[in-house]
Amino acid sequence: MGELFGLIAWGPTGWGDEIAAGAWLTIRLAVVTLPFGLLLGLAIALAKESSNSYLRAVGNVYTTVFRGLPELLTLFVIYNMVQIGANRLTQMIAPGSQFEISGFAAGVIALGVVFGAFASEVFLGAIRAIPKGQSEAGRSLGLSPWQTFRLVRLPQLWRLALPGLGNLWLVLLKDTSLVSVIALNDLLRQTQVAVGVTKEPFFFYLIACLIYLFFTLISQVGVNRLEAQANRGFAAR
Amino acid sequence: MTDLGATPPRVSPANPPAERGPFGLDKPLFDRLLVAAIILVLAAWIIPNINWRLVDRYWFRYLEGIAVTFQLVLISVGLGAALSLPLALARLSKRRWLTGIARGYITFFRGTPLLAQLFLLYYGVGQFNDAFEAIGLWWFFREPLYVAILTFTLNTAAYQAEIMRGAIGSLPKGQEEAAMALGMSRWPIFFKVILPQAYIVALRPLGNELILMIKGSAIASIVTVLDLMGITSLAYARSFNFQAFFWAAALYLIAVEAVRRLWDVLERRLTRHLALSH
Repeated sequence: MGELFGLIAWGPTGWGDEIAAGAWLTIRLAVVTLPFGLLLGLAIALAKESSNSYLRAVGNVYTTVFRGLPELLTLFVIYNMVQIGANRLTQMIAPGSQFEISGFAAGVIALGVVFGAFASEVFLGAIRAIPKGQSEAGRSLGLSPWQTFRLVRLPQLWRLALPGLGNLWLVLLKDTSLVSVIALNDLLRQTQVAVGVTKEPFFFYLIACLIYLFFTLISQVGVNRLEAQANRGFAAR
Repeated sequence: MTDLGATPPRVSPANPPAERGPFGLDKPLFDRLLVAAIILVLAAWIIPNINWRLVDRYWFRYLEGIAVTFQLVLISVGLGAALSLPLALARLSKRRWLTGIARGYITFFRGTPLLAQLFLLYYGVGQFNDAFEAIGLWWFFREPLYVAILTFTLNTAAYQAEIMRGAIGSLPKGQEEAAMALGMSRWPIFFKVILPQAYIVALRPLGNELILMIKGSAIASIVTVLDLMGITSLAYARSFNFQAFFWAAALYLIAVEAVRRLWDVLERRLTRHLALSH
């Protein structure tokens, strides 16, 4: 047992610092993807609520595709397409030069695209749950449609969307493990490296699972706090 | 009769004027033309670019991959459903230790990535191959497909247990009380009164879980299972043709859409008796 714990020591002899670096990358990946995915999700939800039927169609096709594809496949395709696309673009602007989008950026884009598809459904449910009288009242006060959205509906949206978004955050956190298959040295990838050297798969994968579990539990506490804060002023049912 | 001037024409909200699309065309007509044009342009772009050698060489293997994916999903979801019932009951039990165990199990499998669980069971257990050989279970843990089925079963059982717990908890207490008043004993009450109603409540989330498993099963390809995703990676590694992934994407989308529609039909049939107002 003592030998095993020596393996996760800090420094050149143990794998503690490598795994911690991987865990840190996992957190950064999820945290950076979140705002991008939220904005994308909100934009698609608004497209699906729009009075313009073409915007609605675009929103629905987007959701159908990216909710229906396996995350692993989406990640792989988008990761490669982003790389190829960036390469073609640089060749057009400055032929001969080399430019590579970092694996991190490509991972964020791929994860964000999937997150956006699911988030749009959460936002859509929340938008529809806000009584129509709210935006009518806003309009009759003389607010513009954009002001009504920003000042009246958006603040209420947050409270209604929070439980669904909390779940999506947990899904995102776990989906980051899929980028280990592509190229990034996230928590799971670093664990694989450690396993390759030490030949102690059970111990290291268990540690990785426990770290993910720790992130999940911390997140749940955070989401509960946010929900309590958003629901203050509403009588508990 | 005094002339009050021209009154603006009234538009009754029940009868809005026909929507006009661009170019003065009827909107439905314009929409249909637009969709046709988009399909034509896409077809004209895609069809000449299809690599028929790839199709010719791998179409049968893709079918095999779909069969493996379905095998993987149906077995895991079925076994998971069986396992989820005792878990949900344990979670709802009054015995503290039973609730604790169920809660720990559910938290672990819902709180960690499926891929990490698969690695833990496939590589982690592989470390103890001598011990498993000694108890005669090594044939099982040596086979990636079996380990994938085991992992997915344990994983989906945790999710399904939470769904069933919610569904059972949502039933009115009067159902159980009425059955008790009729003199039914504990297990018949559960299987004949509670469970059928709980499954109706749980139908939609269970359908979502089935779809999540179809998508999640692609992860099995990482431990060399030749499911649809595994065949795709194989075809890509051998041909270096990126179209391999587009075929897989189309097939997954078709599978997921088919299951979704099937589930809608199922739900309509099973809830016929609940004639709701809408």
